[in-house]
Amino acid sequence: MRTIINQKADSPALPELRNLGTVLRVLLVVNAVALVAVFARESRWEALADAWVDTAAIVEPHLLVGVLVLYVLAPWLERLPYQTGAVAILGLVLLVTLLLDAALGKLGIDVGPSGLLRHALLSLLLTGVLLGYFYLRARALSPAIAEARLQALQARIRPHFLFNSITAVLSLVRTEPRRAETALEDLADLFRVLMRDNRQLAPLADEVALCRQYLDLEKVRLGERLQVDWHVEKMPGDALVPPLVLQPLLENAVYHGIEPSSGTGVIGVNIFLRRGEVHAILRNPYKFSGNHHGGNKMAVDNIRERLALHFDAEASLESRINRDSYEVHIRMPYRAAQQEDERV
Amino acid sequence: MSDAPLKVLIVDDEAPARRRLRELLDDCAGAMPLVVVGEAASGREAVGLLGSTPTDLVLSDIHMPDMDGIELARHLLKLPVPPVLIFTTAYHEHAIAAFEVHAVDYLMKPVRVQRLLAALEKVPRLKPLTGARLDRLPAAARRFLSVTERSRVVLVPIEDVIYLKAELKYITIRTAEREYLLEESLTKLEEEFGARFVRVHRNCIVARDAIRGFERHVSAEGDAHWEVLLRDVAEALPVSRRQQYIVREIGRGDDV
Repeated sequence: MRTIINQKADSPALPELRNLGTVLRVLLVVNAVALVAVFARESRWEALADAWVDTAAIVEPHLLVGVLVLYVLAPWLERLPYQTGAVAILGLVLLVTLLLDAALGKLGIDVGPSGLLRHALLSLLLTGVLLGYFYLRARALSPAIAEARLQALQARIRPHFLFNSITAVLSLVRTEPRRAETALEDLADLFRVLMRDNRQLAPLADEVALCRQYLDLEKVRLGERLQVDWHVEKMPGDALVPPLVLQPLLENAVYHGIEPSSGTGVIGVNIFLRRGEVHAILRNPYKFSGNHHGGNKMAVDNIRERLALHFDAEASLESRINRDSYEVHIRMPYRAAQQEDERV
Repeated sequence: MSDAPLKVLIVDDEAPARRRLRELLDDCAGAMPLVVVGEAASGREAVGLLGSTPTDLVLSDIHMPDMDGIELARHLLKLPVPPVLIFTTAYHEHAIAAFEVHAVDYLMKPVRVQRLLAALEKVPRLKPLTGARLDRLPAAARRFLSVTERSRVVLVPIEDVIYLKAELKYITIRTAEREYLLEESLTKLEEEFGARFVRVHRNCIVARDAIRGFERHVSAEGDAHWEVLLRDVAEALPVSRRQQYIVREIGRGDDV
């Protein structure tokens, strides 16, 4: 399982070398350091631009090739224990530096033996600093992941849903005992997921199954008022997603879109894979009236935060209000569950 | 215990909740005489039923579409003999705290038969809610105004109201079809419905979305004043000197 930060609190992990967030941070830090170096070396303002161009001509090729090599070797590197991995990365960066300098030498830009040594030391130093930065960042964020579980618990399941559902189940017990049984089983499954440790990513198919059980329960309560339009044929069921990334949004959809109206309302669920990204679009009817409760923002903020913790810049959540509907669009990187992954 | 059975009306937007309450009331019927006179899926439906069905007790959910339980309670006050009202709710939130403080009766869902029976036995001793007590409950703006006509409660959807005008003892509600007389305070109504209405005169507030434009009139003596033009009704209402700024604020002074 790969996430931008380490999921087991005790053992450090390498940064995720293929994550957009990691790559952006590396590019930014290295360029910032180069800029500082240029400022420190060049005292004349008018010469700054030239000095920057000279420096960039050396720094950028090293940087880009280095990032690219690490990107390519990421799957192998990330399987190594932390220390070995860190040493391997340092070694790779050193190798890239030396090979590039040799190649540049062939092109007539000879840096000389002292230049070679300087480049080697600089790239090792910078890589070390970056590894240290990512290590500290992971350390700083891992309590946040633990926190995310707590938040997840708080932001989900309005108490009124539980008590109204129990009332609905009770109304079935005497007349339709079999439906009551199914409803109680759904309720048990739902709460099993709610109460477990939700820090690990889980397959999308599981999340969708949970959503169906949840909506079945709501249907017992709301009857014909609730209609659901599923479009999940093109969904990658094996994609790993944060647990409870969709269910709270559906709960919002029911609360804000179905309950305020005595008529029938349709909730649309559309999940598909496009260009290596999982898209989930949820839509519900929405009529602005001052009469109904707010509180929608909390669930949305909570999910956005958890997406950022798991996927950094590679995931997003956007919501918008159309003329008579409310729509949430989630975008996540497609990461397939591997067979050896432990399934919950 | 009185000899006539207690007449109960069930109000809840969720059919299973109504069915459950009916089952529980059936269970109570052995311990005390009662009869369920009807079921309603919203406050609005309940008001309609109560006009034709004598009722002693209304068991009403709080959160419902169209009209919630607290608004229902306000409209019930306009009945010649208001029934006792007990709320049922699954929520445990700030509204409940207010219920405790102001001794408003409620049952938590899922409802227990013992609690229901205890509540039913209390009914003959309970007094109907008063407006003063209801005023202290946290409530959103009503969706309807209600007036009593021939001992029935008539609901006027707030979005149908074109203007409200204070006249002597009453307030005239003007809709596209007709007028109603209401016994409430214009200031309170203005507070409750806030942005929906705009005050054009000391004695009159007008629905913003009913305003078609403004017209300037010069009398024979040379005094000029503005009048507000309304959709669906022919009459124009004078804008008082103090409220003249609204002509510019609403910005439709040039429409006509």
